[in-house]
Amino acid sequence: MLSVKGLRANVGDKEILKGLDLEVGPGEVHAIMGPNGSGKSTLSHVLSGRDGYSVTAGSATFEGRDLLELEPEERAQLGLFLAFQYPVELPGVNNTYFLKAALNSIRKARGESELDAVSFLRLIKEKLKILHLDDSLLKRAVNAGFSGGEKKRNEIFQMALLEPKLAILDETDSGLDIDALRVVAEGVNALRSPERSMIVVTHYQRLLDYIQPDYVHVLARGRIIRSGGKELALELEEKGYGWIDAELAA
Amino acid sequence: MTGAPAVEDIVKSEYEHGFTTEIESDTLPPGLDEEVVRAISKRKGEPEFMTEQRLKAYRHWLTMREPEWAAVDYPRIDFQSISYYSAPKRPEDMPKSLDEIDPALLETYNKLGIPIEEQKALAGIAVDAVFDSVSVATTFRATLAEAGVIFCSISEALHEYPELVKPYLGTVVPYTDNFYACLNAAVFSDGTFVYVPKGVRCPMELSTYFRINARNTGQFERTLIVAEAGSYVSYLEGCTAPQRDENQLHAAVVELIAMEDAEIKYSTVQNWYPGDAQGVGGIYNFVTKRGDCRGARSKISWTQVETGSAITWKYPSCILRGDGSIGEFYSVAVTKGRQQADTGTKMIHIGKNTSSTIVSKGISAGEGSQTYRGLVRIGQRAEGARNHTQCDSLLIGDRCAANTVPYIEVKNPSAKMEHEATTSKISDDQLFYCRSRGLTEEDAVSMIVNGFCKEVFNELPMEFAVEAQKLLSISLEGAVG
Repeated sequence: MLSVKGLRANVGDKEILKGLDLEVGPGEVHAIMGPNGSGKSTLSHVLSGRDGYSVTAGSATFEGRDLLELEPEERAQLGLFLAFQYPVELPGVNNTYFLKAALNSIRKARGESELDAVSFLRLIKEKLKILHLDDSLLKRAVNAGFSGGEKKRNEIFQMALLEPKLAILDETDSGLDIDALRVVAEGVNALRSPERSMIVVTHYQRLLDYIQPDYVHVLARGRIIRSGGKELALELEEKGYGWIDAELAA
Repeated sequence: MTGAPAVEDIVKSEYEHGFTTEIESDTLPPGLDEEVVRAISKRKGEPEFMTEQRLKAYRHWLTMREPEWAAVDYPRIDFQSISYYSAPKRPEDMPKSLDEIDPALLETYNKLGIPIEEQKALAGIAVDAVFDSVSVATTFRATLAEAGVIFCSISEALHEYPELVKPYLGTVVPYTDNFYACLNAAVFSDGTFVYVPKGVRCPMELSTYFRINARNTGQFERTLIVAEAGSYVSYLEGCTAPQRDENQLHAAVVELIAMEDAEIKYSTVQNWYPGDAQGVGGIYNFVTKRGDCRGARSKISWTQVETGSAITWKYPSCILRGDGSIGEFYSVAVTKGRQQADTGTKMIHIGKNTSSTIVSKGISAGEGSQTYRGLVRIGQRAEGARNHTQCDSLLIGDRCAANTVPYIEVKNPSAKMEHEATTSKISDDQLFYCRSRGLTEEDAVSMIVNGFCKEVFNELPMEFAVEAQKLLSISLEGAVG
């Protein structure tokens, strides 16, 4: 589904990703863990098409399409979704209106008919139910004045609605207390399916107590230096990231 | 100097060349003097008092100087090179087909979904087709007449209801007010008159669109709306479709008068031709709009969406004379390309417990420049007056400019004043966020901008609000990048 090979990317003159490889198959959940500055957010941003990064080598394909030559909206239309670490506020833009525009834009690109207001509301209600969310989010402006927890929940809600094939959760656990974390994780789990892959990017192991990954990768200095099962996360939790330096130095 | 003989010469010479144009529908030669003012009044068959008022205004205008304080830049206007009475153009002088019209303008018409016949009319092409609106208008007039509401051209009103026009015309914006208003008072071509009798709630939104002969009222339009005690009227001016006009200078005057407990809601969507990419050929829009809350608890509310014109110079204002009267100003102004706008409002608090609200949203893109200029004056006797002002500017790109110039004068210590101002840019974060959800960059911009303007759009009548949103999106296409 997603195949990243030898990916190198710069921010300005500084190389952040230094030959990264990653293979994600259908329905798989991959956790990417790493210390601050290892390139976790850069990876999320490069895959979703954010400006400000230049890819100098390597490739990233999504269902056989070259991701890197596509605009961000084209990637979204193909079924890629990024849950933001810091969801952006859009003052005055009603959440429901935003979601409807987004969904219809994606449906249109896929050659599907646009949903009318009634079918859309029905869909929204259904999704809220799955995630155990109340509908107060719908009436407000996108993320404007939301608490940290509300913002993250709204991201998961968007994901539920847009039904991506591959979701990248960029440090979704950051800034959440344990209750909010549980709500968000439950939402993510409810959306797991054999057709939907996920990349869970996180600094801490605790999120993985709730979202059980199939694979865990350790990202350091712009490369994946170790891969394994979920036990690798526990090992990291125990040892911290300090050992990486020693290992890389050796 | 040109005078009556010259006018006659022109008429005669055209006649000699075999034209059969009626004198009433002809065009005066360029230039302005007392004879021209008299000729305008005569051609319109106005009562004597009107001719005298026009002449007084003209004589005063000669002593005035063109204002230079606005933050707009344009070549000096030669007032002697303008023709002050221009009849509808003869078909042979008009563009023959849409092929002769600026393609950018036509693209906009298509995006707005305007039918082809209407496109031709808007672009100033000779059309034979009579719009449905004429028959619609006739039906509307009957309904209005039943309610006792008068809604007609100001020329017609001067003939039919001079006793209703005379006591009010020029009482809110006297001819001495400013250079352009004074010029308008001397040479105004036509405009709209609305009279709502005591206690009547006007049964429909009034719109110039439905007024017969609304077209070609020309560059010096004059509007007068009188709402008697306890009445209500909502008036819509303009049209979302970009309108072209051969007259570059527009100096309109609008006067609103609200008596005790009356309410006037005045909404404008202004989308005059802004000129081509270099700003050539765009309209200069120098307008004086003022409302007088004469009676206690009266209310005047201005809502405007300004997206057109090369230059806009406009400050819809409220004089809050009646105790407990309310003034409101909601504005969205967009400048892009080379457009310039200096706009805002004045809230003059005279009565006790008067209150005013100002919400101004300015959007600049391209090399557009705009200034919000607002005055809030609390007079000595305006016990308990309140004002809330909110001025927000949104910048798109890095070559545009926005300025805020608030003037506040408070002469009564009990006044409560609030002023908020913000300037923001559409951030890359916002754009990326929207795009990562599958929206195109243009949809994202239009969504963010419409969100920014929401408080103002909420004040517009429903259909107008929908059109305004669409207009804004189209105006800002290609503004980012």
